[in-house]
Amino acid sequence: MATAFSATLPLHGSSQENRLLLPPTRLPPPSSFLGSTRSLPIRRLNHAHAARRSPVVAVQEIVKEKKPTNSLLITKEEGLVLYEDMILGRSFEDMCAQMYYRGKMFGFVHLYNGQEAVSTGFIKLLTKSDSVVSTYRDHVHALSKGVSARAVMSELFGKVTGCCRGQGGSMHMFSKEHNMLGGFAFIGEGIPVATGAAFTSKYKREVLKQDCDDVTVAFFGDGTCNNGQFYECLNMAALYKLPIIFVVENNLWAIGMSHLRSTSDPEIWKKGPAFGMPGVHVDGMDVLKVREVAKEAVTRARRGEGPTLVECETYRFRGHSLADPDELRDAAEKAKYAARDPITALKKYLIENKLANEGELKTIEKKIDDLVEEAVEFADASPQPGRSQLLENVFADPKGFGIGPDGRYRCEDPKFTEGTAQV
Amino acid sequence: MSAIIHGAGAATALSTFNSKKLVARSRTNLPGRSKRCIVAAGSDDGSKSFGSSSLSLRHSHKLIANNAVATKADTSATTGHELLLFEALQEGLEEEMDRDPHVCVMGEDVGHYGGSYKVTKGLADKFGDLRVLDTPICENAFTGMGIGAAMTDLRPVIEGMNMGFLLLAFNQISNNCGMLHYTSGGQFTIPVVIRGPGGVGRQLGAEHSQRLESYFQSIPGIQMVACSTPYNAKGLMKAAIRSENPVILFEHVLLYNLKEKIPDEEYICNLEEAEMVRPGEHITILTYSRMRYHVMQAAKTLVNKGYDPEVIDIRSLKPFDLYTIGNSVKKTHRVLIVEECMRTGGIGASLTAAINENFHDYLDAPVMCLSSQDVPTPYAGTLEEWTVVQPAQIVTAVEQLCQ
Repeated sequence: MATAFSATLPLHGSSQENRLLLPPTRLPPPSSFLGSTRSLPIRRLNHAHAARRSPVVAVQEIVKEKKPTNSLLITKEEGLVLYEDMILGRSFEDMCAQMYYRGKMFGFVHLYNGQEAVSTGFIKLLTKSDSVVSTYRDHVHALSKGVSARAVMSELFGKVTGCCRGQGGSMHMFSKEHNMLGGFAFIGEGIPVATGAAFTSKYKREVLKQDCDDVTVAFFGDGTCNNGQFYECLNMAALYKLPIIFVVENNLWAIGMSHLRSTSDPEIWKKGPAFGMPGVHVDGMDVLKVREVAKEAVTRARRGEGPTLVECETYRFRGHSLADPDELRDAAEKAKYAARDPITALKKYLIENKLANEGELKTIEKKIDDLVEEAVEFADASPQPGRSQLLENVFADPKGFGIGPDGRYRCEDPKFTEGTAQV
Repeated sequence: MSAIIHGAGAATALSTFNSKKLVARSRTNLPGRSKRCIVAAGSDDGSKSFGSSSLSLRHSHKLIANNAVATKADTSATTGHELLLFEALQEGLEEEMDRDPHVCVMGEDVGHYGGSYKVTKGLADKFGDLRVLDTPICENAFTGMGIGAAMTDLRPVIEGMNMGFLLLAFNQISNNCGMLHYTSGGQFTIPVVIRGPGGVGRQLGAEHSQRLESYFQSIPGIQMVACSTPYNAKGLMKAAIRSENPVILFEHVLLYNLKEKIPDEEYICNLEEAEMVRPGEHITILTYSRMRYHVMQAAKTLVNKGYDPEVIDIRSLKPFDLYTIGNSVKKTHRVLIVEECMRTGGIGASLTAAINENFHDYLDAPVMCLSSQDVPTPYAGTLEEWTVVQPAQIVTAVEQLCQ
């Protein structure tokens, strides 16, 4: 397992260093987080960026070194798909902010600006039957997985046409059709669910003898990595060799708690090998790097080789939620990461490598703008849930409401469908 | 308490139970109600004699005769097989696993060890290590794993080695198990069964003697049932597995060795119905799980003193079967609830509220509720005995209510 990753990574980088699952003595001196302005409390970590060259070539590095086109990481079609997906994520979230401040949606809304590379990098490699589990920062995961912008926007507006009929809200984006398994409000809560979905894949293959190689990708943040459920699931996933990829979106902040202040060993990727699975650290602001690591992790899982822990170092450009004034984070840190905007980077890559021109990218941006506008119009025009919806969906089998004093099941009461029955 | 007294044969003079009600219930055409299985009705009709051919299942249903003298079962009427409660649970589980390959078990020591109370004995050998999964000790995570598996087409039966351990899984049970069907707008169903032994045992100490039904009862979206006899244990296990709703099945540590003869034919028990244990006229005693036996013991004394208690095992802790309960209250006008939950916020408290709300006009006396003391269950045998309701207290309470 130690060399599984290094063997199949692309050949661009000439780095001798391999940060994956090495015994401690051979670990290269790790550097600090690339853009963070906070220094790490652990003295042995140095800040030598140059010493740590990931085997996957960064978008910036390619641009710098001007590699010839035949050694590019993506084709034009793939590039445009990635670009469109990231633009969709960004535009959608910006529109959410606007709509929130106009009073169209309420409650806790957590936006994903800046982290698009992680969602696009992983989810665009998945098939429709693969599952994705996310947290409360789930709008973009749902969009990348294929849930329509209309359905997500309607859900945010609390309308019947939302993907969860308006019953879930921002933090509970579910889609049976696209295998988006949520949307969870408590951190860490979704990881066992993802483990269960991966368990089903394995069960279908080994017990039901079906041809099933579905994988599950679980997204969660740095704060979650101090939570018990995370470790319990790492253990079980490795133990049962489940086809799951644990993706840590390490954006360094859990509301106002810096990752470095709350974690004894801030390098999360190292926790993978402790449980017997590869742990990978990748630059989460670079969609191509993320994609390369994702490819390997997904292939591993599909081959039945078990789980992987991928730590994506990324950053959220906005506050934790729309209610967060975002005062604790350093302006310099924000500026550093803003300069590494994944969308700008990919745009630069596509243009400089002649995979697309400005015009094509502008067309995509316009198309997405129209799509998002149309989603808002659709959501605005959709009806709000009626009273009759109140008691539906509490139980899959409404007999669960029990038998009333008159001997009939409560769900047979005509007032039940009106939502006014006594239950 | 290892032998169950079977109902006497034919003529019990009672025609208290309206047979129409029973028939009406089984004629109810509810969507999704399986017609393949013979549903054992929770309430019995005392006026029907045993030997009636159409519903032969009820032969094995317990029915204490009015004179309360224990008579041996009329075994000529039943062909069945005798087994212990934990074997009944195992039988139910095994039959469902045979019937549907999506049913699987997960929990601590369910596989190779056979289950800490032997409910899953032999199943791992038969079905394999993946279908009967030995999990590490991580209740929250493996309960969540079961829920994730249930969302993706499997039907897991999650075992808590002791119900008390499920406190660690509360996050998953409340947020995901109960609510996920709703927050996903009905897209995902969670057909899990969460089961395990709970209740006060023999000096197991405070933490192993917990009654979690009171903590879980507010969670929307789940059903809770408590089994008390081998017959209803098997029936409820099967019904719970077949249900599309998440069901929490409460077993009791001290009841696993109860012996009873159960039918050979397949049957399931209705999850939402209560069970009439002993029809009566003077007072309604509502109970569940182990307290049923304390009540029946008290009933013997009461009958000798001239009282005629009606004993109902409510079985369904959430939701309450207000029909069976209501009919009984309308007949007797007095209610005594005997439960093992704590006084504060227990099932009895909710039941008292429900009865007062719905049947206030029919009550001649306030609803009395006997529960365990609000005390962590002590280790010492004497103290433990005093925290739980004993038959003598039940007799006193009935005498008081019936004045």
